[in-house]
Amino acid sequence: MNNQEQDQPLIFELSTPGRIGFSLPDLEIEELSLESILPAEYIREEEAELPEVSELDIMRHYTALSRRNHGVDSGFYPLGSCTMKYNPKINEAVARFNGFAHIHPLQEESTVQGALELMYDLQEHLIEITGMDEVTLQPAAGAHGEWTGLMMIRAFHEANGDTERTKVIVPDSAHGTNPASATVAGFETVTVKSNDQGLVDLEDLRRVVGPDTAALMLTNPNTLGLFEENILEMAEIVHGAGGKLYYDGANLNAVLSKARPGDMGFDVVHLNLHKTFTGPHGGGGPGSGPVGVKKELIPFLPAPIVAKKDDQYILDYDRPQSIGRVKPYYGNFGINVRAYTYIRTMGPDGLKAVTEYAVLNANYMMRRLAEYYDLPFDRHCKHEFVLSGRRQKKLGVRTLDIAKRLLDFGYHPPTIYFPLNVEECIMIEPTETESKETLDSFIDAMIQIAKEAEENPEIVQEAPHTTVIKRLDETLAARKPVLRYAKAEK
Amino acid sequence: MKHRYLPMTEQDQQQMLEAVGVSSIDELFQDIPESVRFKGEYSIKPAASESALLKEMTRLAAKNADLKQNTSFLGAGVYDHYIPTIVDHVISRSEFYTAYTPYQPEISQGELQAIFEFQTMFCELTGMDVANSSMYDGGTAIAEAAMLSTGHTRRKKILISKAVHPETRDVVKTYAKGQYIEVVEIPYADGITDLEALANLASEDIAGVIVQYPNFFGRIEPLKEIEQIVHEQKAMLIVSSNPAALGALTPPGKFGADIVAGDAQPFGIPSAFGGPHCGYFAVTSKLMRKVPGRLVGQTVDEDGKRGFVLTLQAREQHIRRDKATSNICSNQALNALAASVAMTALGKKGVKEMSTRNIQKAHYAKKRMKAAGLDVVFEGPSFNEFVVKLNKPVSEINKLLLQKGIIGGYDLGRSYPELEDHMLIAVTELRTKEEIDTFVAELGDGHE
Repeated sequence: MNNQEQDQPLIFELSTPGRIGFSLPDLEIEELSLESILPAEYIREEEAELPEVSELDIMRHYTALSRRNHGVDSGFYPLGSCTMKYNPKINEAVARFNGFAHIHPLQEESTVQGALELMYDLQEHLIEITGMDEVTLQPAAGAHGEWTGLMMIRAFHEANGDTERTKVIVPDSAHGTNPASATVAGFETVTVKSNDQGLVDLEDLRRVVGPDTAALMLTNPNTLGLFEENILEMAEIVHGAGGKLYYDGANLNAVLSKARPGDMGFDVVHLNLHKTFTGPHGGGGPGSGPVGVKKELIPFLPAPIVAKKDDQYILDYDRPQSIGRVKPYYGNFGINVRAYTYIRTMGPDGLKAVTEYAVLNANYMMRRLAEYYDLPFDRHCKHEFVLSGRRQKKLGVRTLDIAKRLLDFGYHPPTIYFPLNVEECIMIEPTETESKETLDSFIDAMIQIAKEAEENPEIVQEAPHTTVIKRLDETLAARKPVLRYAKAEK
Repeated sequence: MKHRYLPMTEQDQQQMLEAVGVSSIDELFQDIPESVRFKGEYSIKPAASESALLKEMTRLAAKNADLKQNTSFLGAGVYDHYIPTIVDHVISRSEFYTAYTPYQPEISQGELQAIFEFQTMFCELTGMDVANSSMYDGGTAIAEAAMLSTGHTRRKKILISKAVHPETRDVVKTYAKGQYIEVVEIPYADGITDLEALANLASEDIAGVIVQYPNFFGRIEPLKEIEQIVHEQKAMLIVSSNPAALGALTPPGKFGADIVAGDAQPFGIPSAFGGPHCGYFAVTSKLMRKVPGRLVGQTVDEDGKRGFVLTLQAREQHIRRDKATSNICSNQALNALAASVAMTALGKKGVKEMSTRNIQKAHYAKKRMKAAGLDVVFEGPSFNEFVVKLNKPVSEINKLLLQKGIIGGYDLGRSYPELEDHMLIAVTELRTKEEIDTFVAELGDGHE
């Protein structure tokens, strides 16, 4: 793998004047100069310095880059909270069909009946899966869905003349997007503590709810991988105070066919179709974050919703109380096509098995690793679990070092230092698509690292040893930001 | 349960249950209160085999009139451009599409470097100092720009031109509601932002002014005049720009824009019924630390070797939590990669040539329409779109056009009641002379 060892030049550094990598259609008409069509002030003087390379140069460049990147197809990726499961290839094929990839969002409805039918069907499937009453596919990602849901909750309270509900309660273990979404939706955030079992402290919840409570945002199972077993009491406390219950669907992979947010008392839920429903993560996106709501919140959904009228599918814009648009057009349709294809591939019994195996895999790993790492919460987990590296920290080996050492074994490390309420946190989510052999090999690597921490800590502290690049100077990157390539001055 | 995505065997299951110390999988779910436990299975369609599902989805896709089988003159924010074949080959490399956000730089150098290159390309095209790793789409990027301007200036009012994409305006208004920001629309006159109205509305309590370049009607806004009015009030000039136009047009950065944002869809991204596309976001260097979303920066490793990392993360939601000014967590990395590959393939010469051909072909179509007696309105400098006033409802004409395999233009009456029977027509470099001539002839017929 010598190629991989070398620094891959930037595409700009590979540029040679005179080379091209494109083939535009012929002009066919009389060539008029721009000067004869546009006033001079609008005509660009300096050309944009884009690379000049041949098609093979481009393919080699990006192939080299891809070899310096780890995906689920490259190896195990137990990144907690991100559900890095297999991304089925049929999804990719279907999303590329001309009738899905190459249709315009503003075509007449009668010419996109197939697309609308798919969206309608997906809405119906997600309604059943979440136990909600209606779903919008418009939000582009999880965080976007959170904000959309909170905006609806705000509109709901305002429509009831309830303008004093300015606070959103968020557990201390929540994803960072929860408080940020609350802020962007115009709320203040109040934190509710976790108890020593890793669950929301009911006493503290009772203390923080009040007439100013707009909603409680909750992930269930929570970010520690633990099911909030007091969920019904929590719902009662929040609803009793006039607030709404918001479900962050990041961890839905843990409860498919086992418990539906709608049945647990949640009023609003967002899903991450790129997690549970296999839209690929794409290196950070695009995702898709549909939002489901209970009946009383339906009027506030972003317009349009796909509806069925007689035999035709329509885009229903007639929603006077809607919070408005949250995104141009109808959501990340291409990701929704993938998610729908996945749901149709699995069927009801398949989705049930997904959760059962994801949870069994997580519990198996947790039990086998508990001897070597601290297990802060000793009870059955759901689809993921957290360990603490505090035992290793005493030996001078930090969780970051353990993560970097895992790179030498060919694994993407787990999520680290999150949630914030566990010291030296290591958060592992295996997913259901990994085999026992893969889990065992990873466990062996973790055990070996635990032993190294005792016997030979330097090897862990100085990891990684086998990657194309060593640990990077992040302080330098932030202090003297270089955010673009610039040709060296002559 | 046997399924090609689920490797668990009965033997695995037995061994694992034993290791966990339980006798059944059900025991692992005892912590879910009995009363909320879902029993049985979802009432959804049964699983389909791979071949049956491919057939079903092929049929469903075939119910749509697609842009490959028809000739499209529909733009209005989403355009039918040349997509180099190589784009899909690169983004189909699963090291890219099955990866997550590059949190572990040592094994994500490929993605990080690709984003760094994307940031550079957008700085070049827009004439700005800093571009981020991408946003959801053009509409939400502009909404984030509005929020940035209110945060930066500590003012609570935004002006937005009515010649900005109507759906972008809608998104800005929704975000503004969340932040208690007032949004006032600037009227248009003769197809561009009404400068007199802008001058009257501009005051020292405005945070930013949003215009589109080229605007929703295809017209090139007079950014020089607009910039003077905006900066006189110490407000920020936010320009929503179609990057495909910037190969030939003076970049907004040259006119003094503070934020340039929009959608990279014209570069290598299929229309896909409106998404996923790819927002871009570029600013002047003084706003570098206020940019929403991910930024990739260059640095060195322990051996002094060049490498790339996510940087300036102190701006972001996972650090700032409720102090964050944006909640964006992801970007559109894979589509940013598609745009990068397309921009690389086009390169310095192609990006200019593609842009120029859009201007030339749209100019030709406009001339032909006028010659055919059609009423071209809002005349003036434009990119690849223009407006024609018809004497029948646009939807009626579009139905007839579709019978000839033509997807007609956008019915402006849908978002501008005063522009009933006005069609917004897009002519990209992909339209051949024959297609343009046929379209003109058909429209001319419909006109009589």
